[in-house]
Amino acid sequence: MSETAPAIEVSALCKRYGEFEAVRGIDITVRRGEVFGLLGPNGAGKTTTVEILEGYRARTSGEVSVLGYDPADRSLALRRRIGIVLQSGGIYSHITPREALRHWASFYPHPRDVDEVLTLAGLQDKADERSRRLSGGQLRRLDFALALVGDPELMFLDEPTTGFDPEARRAAWETVRSLRDLGKTILLTTHYLDEAQALADRVAIVKDGRVLAIGAPQELGAGAAHYRVAYRDPGGVLVERETDDPTALLHELTGEALAQGQQLEELHVGRPSLEDVYLELTADA
Amino acid sequence: MPDALVLSWRQYRLERRMFWRNPSAAFFNFLLPLLFLAGGGIIFRGNQHDLDKLVPSIAAMSVMSTTFTALAYNTVFLRERGVLKRIRGTPLPTISYFSGVAANAVTNTALQIAIIVLAGRAFFGIGWPADWGALIVFVLVGVVSFAALGVAFAHVIPNFESTAAYVNAVFLPVVAVSFWVFDSSSAPGFLRTIAEALPLEPLIVGLSGAMVTGVSLSSNLDALAVIALWGAFGLYFAVRGFSWEQSRR
Repeated sequence: MSETAPAIEVSALCKRYGEFEAVRGIDITVRRGEVFGLLGPNGAGKTTTVEILEGYRARTSGEVSVLGYDPADRSLALRRRIGIVLQSGGIYSHITPREALRHWASFYPHPRDVDEVLTLAGLQDKADERSRRLSGGQLRRLDFALALVGDPELMFLDEPTTGFDPEARRAAWETVRSLRDLGKTILLTTHYLDEAQALADRVAIVKDGRVLAIGAPQELGAGAAHYRVAYRDPGGVLVERETDDPTALLHELTGEALAQGQQLEELHVGRPSLEDVYLELTADA
Repeated sequence: MPDALVLSWRQYRLERRMFWRNPSAAFFNFLLPLLFLAGGGIIFRGNQHDLDKLVPSIAAMSVMSTTFTALAYNTVFLRERGVLKRIRGTPLPTISYFSGVAANAVTNTALQIAIIVLAGRAFFGIGWPADWGALIVFVLVGVVSFAALGVAFAHVIPNFESTAAYVNAVFLPVVAVSFWVFDSSSAPGFLRTIAEALPLEPLIVGLSGAMVTGVSLSSNLDALAVIALWGAFGLYFAVRGFSWEQSRR
């Protein structure tokens, strides 16, 4: 396949567990070299979707291509080219990060240097500590390191920072950014808006097994609604108006206010953020 | 495929390293049968008839604890901790993973049998095994069968916390009834029927012939057949129900 072909193509993907439809017709395309975020509340079908792409689950219907392979075939050739950070994946308690990475590196045809990966993941000081003595944050770094040591083209990160304190989250974000700088394609799932906004080049908002919106975080904010102008009227009531043409609206509002010798208290012009779009789309009807 | 072979070897070396670093596993799967052997040896000192029964019984128990018990524990632990799922997502061939794990169990069994054979000659007055060939055949078939049964049994165990309860609920009664029936001709008939249908008592009979009495392999073929049948049953369910992921029970 050509190097410009998408890394991941998914169309009309469905997954049913008995009566429950976890995924109901998802279409996404992940381009090479981008960080793509699946954003949605818990139970939206993000993990199911990712685990189908990783080859852990069989799909009920739909088309899926990962680096040109059907992940359901579970071919070694595909697994040599992907790296997986599971939502919760354990590691042997009695070996050190260095030993684990050396062992994992031996699975791959062109692994990265173990010391380099330890440094990249921020584990150089814990490299020779038994993994049972590592903290939760350090174990998460080891997850990244183990997924990275095979030098994969494509990485899956399933809720990489859930349960982290703010400092550990920042560190994990830095790691993800450095992975992107290495040219990796990354598919990440998250239920944190700020995480999607901070990391993803493009985001698909998922709820109830469907994609509700897709695009760059800033476009998603801009695309959905328009400009939003807010102020308090003389009675102190907050007024919000939406418009495609904020210049004209402001001219009108400020003109009236000046003519009547009034102030437009708390005047604010903004565009809906990803958060506004997300909350609007995922709100229970 | 040489690559898969190299990776089997690497997995085996990792398993060996981890085994000795985990003191409780090393104790329960390795030292405990040897302690039973030493304890029994002290109790039955001077009584050759009982020692002749003790040594093959402990040898069979070692086979069961190094394979059935160890693999049931390990499989549940690694499954519930998510290690198996992580391995499943790598290009480590499934066959390499299981070869490494199985070879680790076989190494433990072989070490234990070697120690028991040496102790039998040095301290228990039973000399070298009467039939090396039969010893190897019974140990091999026993290892394969009990290992498969251990992996299959792991499917039944819902979480790591209950592993000890589940494993002991099988291990202890099976050991007790098999030891009793093998040792005493006065054991109740229905117990004898049960013990002879389970895989441990036939293994004791086979090992007794191989290590002590010299009863030939060909006269113990029915015992071998029982163990092998359990092995076939175990292999079928070990493969069929195998789960790489945490149970959601």
